[in-house]
Amino acid sequence: MEKNPVIRLERVKKVYPLASGDVVALDSVSLSIMPGEFIAIMGPSGSGKSTLLNQIGCLDTPTSGDLWISGINIRHLSDNELTDLRRDKIGYIFQNFHLIPLLTAYENVEYPFLLQNHQHDKSGHISTLLSSVGIDIYLAEHRPSELSGGQQQRVAIARALVNNPPILLCDEPTGNLDSKTGLQIMEMLQSLNEQGRTIIMVTHDSAIAGYADRIIVIRDGRIVS
Amino acid sequence: MIGDIFFSLSVRSVRLHFLRSLLAALGIVIGVVAISSMGILGTNMTLSITASLSENANELSVNPVSGTGGGGGMFGSQQSESDDDQCIDRDQVRDIRRIAIQDTVIPIYSESGETITIGDEETRCTIYGLKPEDVVAGIKISEGSYLKGSSGAIVGSELQERYSLHIGSRIKIGDPDEGTPHIVRVVGFAEEKGMSMALNPDNAIIVDAKLFVDWYGGEYEYDQVLIIVSDINTVTETGDAIEEQLNRKEETVSVRDSSGMLENVTSSLSTMTSFVTAIGAISLLVAATSIFNVMMMSVTERIKEIGILRSIGTKKREILKMILYEASILGLVGSIIGGIMSFVGGYLICMIMLSDTTYFWMPASLVNIANGVVVGIAICIFSGMYPAWRAANLDPIEALRSN
Ligand SMILES: Nc1ncnc2c1ncn2[C@@H]1O[C@H](COP(=O)(O)OP(=O)(O)OP(=O)(O)O)[C@@H](O)[C@H]1O
Ligand SMILES: [Mg+2]
Repeated sequence: MEKNPVIRLERVKKVYPLASGDVVALDSVSLSIMPGEFIAIMGPSGSGKSTLLNQIGCLDTPTSGDLWISGINIRHLSDNELTDLRRDKIGYIFQNFHLIPLLTAYENVEYPFLLQNHQHDKSGHISTLLSSVGIDIYLAEHRPSELSGGQQQRVAIARALVNNPPILLCDEPTGNLDSKTGLQIMEMLQSLNEQGRTIIMVTHDSAIAGYADRIIVIRDGRIVS
Repeated sequence: MIGDIFFSLSVRSVRLHFLRSLLAALGIVIGVVAISSMGILGTNMTLSITASLSENANELSVNPVSGTGGGGGMFGSQQSESDDDQCIDRDQVRDIRRIAIQDTVIPIYSESGETITIGDEETRCTIYGLKPEDVVAGIKISEGSYLKGSSGAIVGSELQERYSLHIGSRIKIGDPDEGTPHIVRVVGFAEEKGMSMALNPDNAIIVDAKLFVDWYGGEYEYDQVLIIVSDINTVTETGDAIEEQLNRKEETVSVRDSSGMLENVTSSLSTMTSFVTAIGAISLLVAATSIFNVMMMSVTERIKEIGILRSIGTKKREILKMILYEASILGLVGSIIGGIMSFVGGYLICMIMLSDTTYFWMPASLVNIANGVVVGIAICIFSGMYPAWRAANLDPIEALRSN
């Protein structure tokens, strides 16, 4: 295994300035994640799990401290470069699926591909990907509103994978699914991890966290274990 | 093409809110129709006046200068100076003939606002006195013959139509309360001339100069001299030469050609057109507000979607583009429908208000539609700019969290 961490946080702090006083959502978090690790982040509600994931996902920038993704310090990146990083290096899977309602399942998966390649997929890559997550060509023509939660999450996983990113970030990926569907999704994530992807997953469920190699517990914006 | 996906997202968003989008586009339709048809109306008026004036572009009119300084006449008020004592005398006419040696020189007696009686209806018109051979040179006859007999008269087309005159009709000239009117008999009708510098027969009666002098006196005291220049390229030259010669000692005459008049008419027309177009533009401004409103609504509704798009790698300018596409679609649809309606509407306006559609098909007239369409689209894009900027600069996390 490589010795360089794929993600490294150095005293990352995130403060939300509010009228009622500053909220410290992350307090000097330092963390290294090696390629191929499967990490679960746990902690009570409001402890800063989502905030931590958003920093790693470059959706947000830390108030202070440094964050390296694949060795690049994101502090020095422009908004456009951060956007490209999200598109190419990171796949997101959200609790609420977050598919684009105006696009069909197929188009949802194709969307990041179009952003990256500026042309339609001619290799059948997207269809293969969709069928690998269990979405057949008929379902692929459906809009998200016409799919079940489990089906939507499968589409979201396919979308996260389409540009073949080394990192997958999952914020409570099974939070809105029944336990059976949740387990299917976890099997899927596990096999993706076995293929070498780094996975960082926020969860409340210790059974789900059992799939991870390492569990990070966070409380009041600090890593406690 | 990457543009496709943003465009198709915009199209779908418009379709999703079809009614709302349609209403916003309707505002643009109305605005475009308003400015285009006003433009068409203005252009057609200008074109038709220009054409009728340039038909007479080979004419020069020499008018005596009145004490108050004449020359400001507009809209064919060529008789404006005939009420003063100013006139053009025999010597001046001789000078004019010497200068305009190649051209037809027609000295004109005229009396404007004369009361005439046709049957038992009274009206007013201009009476011209011309030598019979000058009538042949200066007036085109549509019906009947040139002056003949001692009381023959040629009547203009307007009078002909209004009073359904025919050859042989009798007209009494002069106010019956001020002595016995003179009676003339219609021998011919003059062709419609439209706007011209001098000798406009449309609402006039033309009689023999001898008859005119008998009635009104003032032999050789002409009210106006019309010069029909044989070579159109020498119009200005001839006019200048006459002015120079006759005004050598003092300002006695002014020479006018159709270009001066054309300038007057077109400039006042264009002021009028700009004014009504500005009123039309107000409706476009209202439309812009509604486009702005609809775009803001769309951005607010799609805030979460925009957050998703941003989080999976869509750049700010791509969001900007997507929202601007949406505004452009509204603008394009509204403006094109507006353009088509302006085409029909403009044609109808020309038909109804000008009863003349000859100039409607000219590029200068049709370009108003293109202008309207372009302005409509531009206004929509402009109205979409702030909403697009707002959308592009949303914080992706805030956007994702919103419900
Ligand atoms: N945009 C924001 N503005 C102000 N405060 C915020 C903002 N986002 C998060 N916070 C605060 O930061 C803290 C951490 O929030 P975060 O969403 O990371 O918690 P979480 O661990 O993901 O909780 P949950 O398990 O409920 O999802 C909370 O106290 C929250 O109120
Ligand atoms: Mg959370």
